[in-house]
Order: sequence, then structure tokens, then C-alpha cells
Amino acid sequence: MELTTVWFALIAVLWAGYFLLEGFDFGVGMLLPVLARDERERRLLINTIGPVWDGNEVWLLVAGGATFAAFPEWYATLFSGFYLPLLIILVALILRGLAFEYRGKVDSPQWRRRWDLCIIAGSFVPALLWGVAFGNIVRGVPITAEHEYAGTFFTLLNPYALLGGLTTLSLFALHGAVFLALKTDGDVRARAGRLAFRLSLPAVLLAASFLLWTQLTHDDAWGWALSGAAAAALIGAVVAARARREGWAFLATGATLVLAVAALFVTLFPDVMPTTLPGGDSLTVTNASSTPYTLKVMTWVAVCFTPIVLGYQSWTYWVFRRRLRVEHIPAAHP
Amino acid sequence: MDALDLARWQFAITTVYHFIFVPITIGLSALVAGLQTAWFRTGRPEYLRATKFWGKLFLINFAMGVVTGIVQEFQFGMNWSAYSRFVGDIFGAPLAIEGLLAFFLESTFLGLWIFGWDRLPKRVHLAAIWLASIGTMLSAYFILAANSWMQHPVGYTVNAERGRAELTDIVAVLTNSTTLVTFPHTVTACFLTGGAFMLAVSAWHLRRGNQVDVFRPALRLGAWVVLVAGVGVLVTGDLQARVMTEQQPMKMAAAEALYQTSEPASFSIFTIGSLDGREEVASVRIPSLLSFMATGSPGGSVEGINDLQQLYSQRYGEGDYVPYVPVTYWSFRLMIGFGALAMAVAVVALWRTRKGRLPAGRWLWTAAVATVAMPLLANSFGWIFTEVGRQPWTVFGIFKTSQSVSPSVAASTVATSLVVFTLLYGALAVVELMLMLRYARAGAPEIVVPHDEDDEDRPLAFAY
Repeated sequence: MELTTVWFALIAVLWAGYFLLEGFDFGVGMLLPVLARDERERRLLINTIGPVWDGNEVWLLVAGGATFAAFPEWYATLFSGFYLPLLIILVALILRGLAFEYRGKVDSPQWRRRWDLCIIAGSFVPALLWGVAFGNIVRGVPITAEHEYAGTFFTLLNPYALLGGLTTLSLFALHGAVFLALKTDGDVRARAGRLAFRLSLPAVLLAASFLLWTQLTHDDAWGWALSGAAAAALIGAVVAARARREGWAFLATGATLVLAVAALFVTLFPDVMPTTLPGGDSLTVTNASSTPYTLKVMTWVAVCFTPIVLGYQSWTYWVFRRRLRVEHIPAAHP
Repeated sequence: MDALDLARWQFAITTVYHFIFVPITIGLSALVAGLQTAWFRTGRPEYLRATKFWGKLFLINFAMGVVTGIVQEFQFGMNWSAYSRFVGDIFGAPLAIEGLLAFFLESTFLGLWIFGWDRLPKRVHLAAIWLASIGTMLSAYFILAANSWMQHPVGYTVNAERGRAELTDIVAVLTNSTTLVTFPHTVTACFLTGGAFMLAVSAWHLRRGNQVDVFRPALRLGAWVVLVAGVGVLVTGDLQARVMTEQQPMKMAAAEALYQTSEPASFSIFTIGSLDGREEVASVRIPSLLSFMATGSPGGSVEGINDLQQLYSQRYGEGDYVPYVPVTYWSFRLMIGFGALAMAVAVVALWRTRKGRLPAGRWLWTAAVATVAMPLLANSFGWIFTEVGRQPWTVFGIFKTSQSVSPSVAASTVATSLVVFTLLYGALAVVELMLMLRYARAGAPEIVVPHDEDDEDRPLAFAY
């Protein structure tokens, strides 16, 4: 296999990992006002992701860095082209990250309310915009022969991409609810389970129409297969959530996200950013990539260190595996 | 202002801001790890109290470092897409490696450390903070390798057809002589910063007679760290100056506003009058010092700005190759000055607190509290010097700043983002400072010795 293909696949893996992991973080953040009835329950929800959210976010940083290293043209066109949405995502991630760390640091309801707002909006906005971004990447945007983005902010707000945004939003919300049902105990667990079931209907409708629209316009054999698998996993999640099989439901929503990302990347290949401009030039794994030497170096680094990272990150989940109840949340802030 | 100027302002503001938190993170994480090691080995409760107290301040700072760091990775592509296309084959690799090797390590093990007090065996919990601390240093190494390549490009060839620089030797990039002197210089400066932070907060409490059993040893530890790290900063800074004179002679000449090649060259501590080498009203000079700093020999020849401008015009084509001299001249002096001032306060603090003494006068404590800002200023001026001094280049000798900016991004778009970041960062500075002061003033907590056996029903040792 060409190394450019390997790196295309690795970047797909990084985004899949990011959606799988930070997807439920975003879900927990978005469900904060829906699921928690008082301050202690809000803290319970936040603490289910407390030890892991920062490590989960690194998947995004590594996906960005890997794109820079392996496909500099893709990184340059994408980041300069999607400037304003990325600015909004950055502001959201900054406020959200600080909110986790700072909301308990001052004992005042108003202080906590403000940071809660940052958590909610800071989860909601990226959950929507990552989907819009991927919708646009797969659909294609105006790119000139010099590989410069020629559209505006509003070019990105087309129906297909917005449907992509609603798809990630609903899938992350569902993934978060399923995660909370798995990670909490008592009343919150029961409510999270019921909420997951309610959220699954819009998620199925949105994800199915987005994937169907994608495959009807691209008609890629592997894309059809993976989209079908993603849909099957999502149905499985609904069934498992209904049957209160929380572990299975979480595996199934996770699989849905990974398979959906795989379907999008497979559909995209060998382009990385197709152009919609007549006379423009699509970015492909070939014309956007680094030299074979750089890819070889990066492949060695990835082969040696990715297993270690996966090892200790999985171990962290094992360390913090137990379900949390409101009684576990200490009354006073430390 | 055009998009280029706005993008430069944004890079300057967001990077200087980010680098307020980075050195505190690197310095303080190692100090906290050291304190926890002391508790682990001796079991003395004051070490545990110190670990918890400094650990909390460290985390308030760390959060800011993390969130402002994401902006750094994104803005290369957002504002500097032409630069990213040109250097991505080389520059992207250390950035990606930094993410994989360092960011995962720090964030994962810090999560384990924060929440793991009663979940992990003591030894493993101690290892977590050390691994997070090692992660911060690895991160420094790779990002400095990337920056050093911009100062002194090695292991590459320029592919004219593709219009980009291409990597030919990764080992050369990772063992760039510039990286090898910049890394110890930066990391020792980070330790100096962490030490000064500890010195200043301890002085605030000692002045009021609070928790002397915790803060007197902390003051002395902080002061010793400032002193030892300071010596390291001096030695590595000296090595770096020589490497810089060899690789970027214009930067050294601009640091000194030295217009004519001189042999030997004197070092001006202070100049009144214009810095353009024409009307000097008065200056305080140390003979031969610049020659010694630049070449290691008191009689060495140091090239002047005018000769270098002529040389570069021949080599790279007509153009202005002189950086903005007032900034390079003063930032170089302020970097050295603030660093030296922090060391001076540390020496006085150590002397005045020797053998159990605790002076009653206010001057020492006031100076010691002010020391928290000195390394932060020195760090910022150091980076301003090294980046402004490289201008007009982003990659010295091969790619100019004016070629680097994103061609497809309108000035109004960059202006929007500049305003958003400036306002957001300004507001967050207020919040962070307020929390830092609140928790620094609260003093060390009473200890609750952590359990290390598992109990399903006990409340969490730490929760957000």
C-alpha cells in the first residue's frame, strides 16, 4: 500500500478516535441542563468525564498535527478556508476546557451558572460544526487551481453540510446519554437510559438521511457498505438502550461513529478535499501529501508510539471504570 | 493594516500570552513532582500539604496553557497557509510527534494524577505526575526543534517545482545545533520561572507570618531553583549567543544596534539617542564584552548591520534585511536584565533567611513577591527578541514573512479573529489572576492523608 494511503487511513483513524472519545464528552456537556436536576447531579455528570476529557481532546490536536505533517496542502487549504468556523470552534473549546477546571473554584451559584453555560455552548457548538466541516469536505468546496479556498463563510452553510452538522450533534448527544447510563448509578442512570432511547429516534433519522444523501451523490461501493454497517450499529444501539444493556449500547454508538467516519473517508478517497470550481484543482492524497521520506519517518513514529498511547489511555479508563453516584460527589469543593 | 500585519499581531499576542503559562507549567510540574517524591520517601505531612497547595496553583495555570495551546496549532494553517504549504513537509513532523509523544502523555497522566489520589497505589500516583512533567519537557523539545528549524534550517532541500522545502534528514532536524542550545536555555528558564513563582507566593505568606512551617522551606527551595536554573540560563544563553552569531549574525548585530563591523566590539548596557548608529547622545559600555559574547574571545570581530545588509542584498537579492532594531536592542537587554534581577532577589532572599532567620523588614518580601513577574517578562522579551530578530524571514534565508500569510483570507477576517482573541484572552487573564490570587492566599490546606485501598462507597478524593 502507498504511504499516502496509509496516512489517509491514519488520519481517518484519528478523527474516528476523536469522535468516539470526545463525542461522549460533548454529549455529556450538552445534556447537562437536560439531565441534571441540581448542583450535585451536575457535578456528577461532569465528573464522569473529569479524568479523561483532556486526553480525549488530544486526538484532535494529533489529527491536526498529522494532517500538517502528512498532507500540508490539505492542512493549509482546510484551515485557511474554514477560517471562521474554526475560530468559533477554538473559542468554544477554550471556554469549555477552562469551565471544567474553574467552575468549582469559586463557591457562588452565579459563577457556576456562567461556567455551565460555557460547558453547554462549548459542547454544542463544536458538536454541530465538526459535522458541518466534514459535510463540506466530502461535498467539495470551491478550490482554485492554486489550492486556495475561493468561497465565503456562507458557502459552508449549505443544506447537505448542515444536515451533517445535525447528524454529529444528535449522534454525540445520544453517545453522551448512553455513556452516562453506563457510568452513573441510581436515579441519574435510569433517566440517562430513558433519554438515550428518546434521543435515538432523531439520531437514526438524521444519520440515515445524511449517509443516504452522501452515498446517493457519490455511490461508492465501500461507502455503501460502511454506511450500512453504521446504520446497523445505530439500530443495535437503539435496541440495546431499550433493553437497558448499557455496555452494549455504548459499544454500538461508538461503532456507529467510527463506521460513519470510515464511510465518509472511504467515500472521499482518493480526494482529500474535492473542488466544486470549474477549472479548480481537487486536493488528493497525491498532490496534497508530503514527500515519501517524511511519510516514512512519520510512519515509524506512529508504529512505535501509537500502541503505547493506546495502552495507557485504555488503562486510564480501566482505573476510572466504576460507576459514580451522587453520594460519591464530595459536598465541599476541594 | 493589511492581513499580513494583522496576522503578525495575532501571532505575537496569542504566542506571548500562551508562553506566560507554559514556563510555569514546565517549572512547577517538576517542583510538585519533587515535593510529592519527598512526601513519598519521608511520609512527612508538610510535604503532602506543599504538594497539594502548589499542585492546585499548577492546575489553575495548566488549564490556561492547554486551551491557549490549541490556538497555536490551528493558526499556522488559518493565518499562515502559504508558510504551511512551504514548510509542512518538515515543520509538520515535529508538531505531529509533539502531539503523539507529549500531549497524550501530559493530559492522560495529569488526569490520573488529579483524580487518582485514592484510586492508584502511592507509587503509581507519584509516577503519574512525573510522567506528566516529562511530557511537558518533551513537548518543549519538539516545538523548539520546529522553531529552531526556522532559525537555522537544516536537513532539507528546496524543491523549486513544488515550491516547497522538503525534508532530507530528520536526524539533522532533531539534532540541529540550534535546538541543542535552545532547549536547555528554554527549559532552565522555565525552571527559573517555576522557582520564582514559588519564591514569590511563599514571600507573600511569610511577610504575614502565615504557615511558616510550609512556606519557609518553600521560599528557600524556590530561591535555590532560581539560582541554580539561573546559572544554567546564563551558561546556555552564552552558548546560544555564539551559535546565533554564527548562524544569524544580523540578529546579534541588531541586538546591539552595531552598525559597523567592530574588532573588538563593546557591549552597550544603555544607550540614549537614536539606535540607528548615527546620533548617540550617551551610552554606558563595557569594552570587548560583545566580542566575548559573540565569539568567545575578547578581541573577536563582530559584523555590523551595514555590512550584513550589503552582504544579504548580494546573496538574497535587493531588499531590507534589517530587523526592527529598537525592539531587538531593548528586548535583548530586558531579557537579560529581568532574568538577572530575579537571580539577585533569590540570592538576597537566601542570605537573609539563612540558618532559620526570618527578616521582619518589608523590602525583601516586597521584592520577592515582585519576582514572580520578572522571569515572565524575561521569557517574553527573549522570544520577542529571537522572533523579531529573525525578520524579514520566517525561515531564515529561504522564506520571508511577507510570503507566509494566507492569500485567501481577507484582512477583515483576520481582524475579527484578532479582536476576538484579544478580548477573550484579556477577560480570561482577569479570571485566571483572580483565581490564582485567591488560591495562593488561601495557603496550604490541612491534610487529609489519601487512602490507597479501594472502597466503593467513599466519596471521591477529588471531584470537579
